[in-house]
Amino acid sequence: MLYFSKIRIITIFVISIIFVLFSLSNLTKFDDNYFSKKINLGLDLQGGSYLLLEIDNSPVVTKELQNKITFLKTYFKDKEINIFNIKINEQNSIIFETDKINIDLINSIFLNKEEPINPYYDKYKSYQFDIENQSNQFKITLSKYGIIELKNASLDQAIEIVRRRVDEVGTNEPNILKRGNDRILVELPGLDDPARIKNLLGKTANLSFRFVSKSNEAELGTDLIEFEDQSESAVYVSKRIILSGENLLDAQPKMDSQTNDTIVTFSLDRVGAKRFGKATISGVGKRLAIVLDGKIISAPVIREAIVSGSGQITGNFTFQSATDLALLLRSGALPAPMNIVEERTVGPGLGKDSIKAGILALIIGFSLVILFMVFKYKIFGFIANTALIFNLFFLIGILTLFEATLTLPGIAGIILTVGMAVDANVLIFERIKEEKNNEKNQLVAFDSGYTKSKSAILDANVTTFIAAIILFFLGSGPIKGFSITLGVGILTTLFSVYFIARLLTSLYVVKNKDKEIKI
Amino acid sequence: MNNFKFNSYYKIFSLISGLLAIISFLLLIFKGLNFGIDFKGGTLIELRAIDKQINISSLRSSFSNMNLGDVAIKNFGEDHDYLIKFEKKGNKKDLIQNIKKNLDQSIGSGYEIRRVENVGPKVSSELLKGGLIAIAVSLGAMLFYIWIRFEWQFSIGAILALFHDVLITMGIFSLLSLEVNLSIVAAILTIVGYSMNDTVVIFDRVRENLKKHIDLKIFDLTNLSINETLSRTIITSLTTLLALISIFVFGGEILKGFSFAMILGVILGTYSSIFIANPILVHLRVSYKTIVKEDN
Repeated sequence: MLYFSKIRIITIFVISIIFVLFSLSNLTKFDDNYFSKKINLGLDLQGGSYLLLEIDNSPVVTKELQNKITFLKTYFKDKEINIFNIKINEQNSIIFETDKINIDLINSIFLNKEEPINPYYDKYKSYQFDIENQSNQFKITLSKYGIIELKNASLDQAIEIVRRRVDEVGTNEPNILKRGNDRILVELPGLDDPARIKNLLGKTANLSFRFVSKSNEAELGTDLIEFEDQSESAVYVSKRIILSGENLLDAQPKMDSQTNDTIVTFSLDRVGAKRFGKATISGVGKRLAIVLDGKIISAPVIREAIVSGSGQITGNFTFQSATDLALLLRSGALPAPMNIVEERTVGPGLGKDSIKAGILALIIGFSLVILFMVFKYKIFGFIANTALIFNLFFLIGILTLFEATLTLPGIAGIILTVGMAVDANVLIFERIKEEKNNEKNQLVAFDSGYTKSKSAILDANVTTFIAAIILFFLGSGPIKGFSITLGVGILTTLFSVYFIARLLTSLYVVKNKDKEIKI
Repeated sequence: MNNFKFNSYYKIFSLISGLLAIISFLLLIFKGLNFGIDFKGGTLIELRAIDKQINISSLRSSFSNMNLGDVAIKNFGEDHDYLIKFEKKGNKKDLIQNIKKNLDQSIGSGYEIRRVENVGPKVSSELLKGGLIAIAVSLGAMLFYIWIRFEWQFSIGAILALFHDVLITMGIFSLLSLEVNLSIVAAILTIVGYSMNDTVVIFDRVRENLKKHIDLKIFDLTNLSINETLSRTIITSLTTLLALISIFVFGGEILKGFSFAMILGVILGTYSSIFIANPILVHLRVSYKTIVKEDN
């Protein structure tokens, strides 16, 4: 165990130098590409916001069911199969009835993999809808996988919109990730007041232009809608949508040069421009309500036909709210409303204090351990401490190499590693002491000390490593950072003990083999 | 080598440990744990008063007017840092904005919001479930590891020692009403790893000695093994405690709970690997035959 070949010594030396350079690259600026990597600081250390958004998919399900009903009606009409009483029940199932002679036919159509009526997912080996049939009544419900498909599609769409909105605000390196099938994680480093982003992400931004009904009484095909700023009492608005947010090409906040009011101007795509032109030609003199997320922003009177494909939205805007509205319109509507289900925001002041406290605790913990080891083992304490110092370099070097994220619990993990890292050397030294009692040849005693302590060291480290791995896979947020430093720390500990400390021990022991070596 | 008669205290410490474990269990059932917002849901605000006029009672009176339900306010570390917690469910996008507006009116703007955490009820119950699963999985994994490395008698000893450490640590958290949050789960998992590590080193020696001293009874053999590994046990516990104490004292308020749990865990883990794990081996009449059977 004590013999090292020249090549081995050189390899250990080179590896150590590389990792020392890697860890030092956090402090200085090397021009070299290889050493330009840095450890990322977690949100709890650099300050920033962590937002977990959850999509409320119920409107998506309802919409899908409504589309399905329209589809079923035309589909069966084309096939000349009579169905009636089709509707959605409270359990989100579509129910309909048919003539007795068609029952088997409808069943077979629904279970035909080629038919577009009930798409078959090869991926899941399942249909979009489950079908139940009692005499002439049919009940179709979204299957488990139908719901998964639907949620995935809506999540894909939502994450795109979230990304656009966050990018438009222009925060520093945001991190936007899917979580499960109905959540989106948004990490915004450096942002200590997420109020504006929360406000922007909390809006679905469903825009529609609809005529205000003339009679102002409840009529078929109208909704009673309130004004956003409560400046007027609610009015009845036609359900027919002239134009929706999808037709918008661009939207910008502007100052109206005549009235000095803040407005939002928009331009439409070709389809939108045509429809808007047509509607405004026939609608001169009518009020056109601009509805956003179920509230009227404003309802101006159309003075002349607008055929240019551009227009403006007036409202009681401040410049900020006009900017935000334009941003929302540009980036598009979310498929469904989203709620913030978890938020963690750390201000830059606290982050800096945490770094300071973490480093102070590291320095003090490290010094205490080093002093203790020198006090306890003298020259071998120095050896263990050298290994410990390199261990820290290795640990930080690896974190740098993989550009890992360091959190406050992560720093705690490093300090804990310092405390536990000496364990392996202690096990070895204590074993050597015992071996020396039974063995006259001290070279042999040192050698068997290393050999015999191996299984205990392995067991002791594997158990902590298992805990770290479980924490890594099941832990969340900053805790993951703890598991990373703890786990990597165990690996670097073993390396530094078996290569650096053992090499130094061997050099020392061989050099002093004729003297009595005390440990 | 040390030669303490640990084995003559097996009975008394087993009794004390059993009693502590039962008390902890009862505490957990009847008093329960003081879950933080991670596991209970709600909002936490860490606030630093820059204006020296602001104090805990002015904060209390201004928060009580905000209709947030039960608001808990306490000092947090330094004199002018406060931690405000309330359970109001949901995170309306303007909740924090409204609180700021209200605070500006009631206590002026001489404060800084340093941290905001809000966890919805659904997420908090998921986090709690995730934490419990993590602890269960780690116990299971340790059981599995020790089962493939040692004989079943050793597994029982080690796992009972683990349960003992985790149970009593949680019992102390319950007794002192200390907050249990995500970082405490991390601490428990690390305690599980540490306690196991301590036990395994002694067991390793027990197994070695079983082969070496065939004539020695397990009662004395465990004592010999504990003594032989004692200086390592003490030194490692000491260096680990040194690291943990420096986190506890200097590492800031956020790491206090975590490091406290770990300190308890290390002390208990060291104790249990001597006074819980080893007596179990004696009870289960481990002998040379126990390990030889496996070699064949």
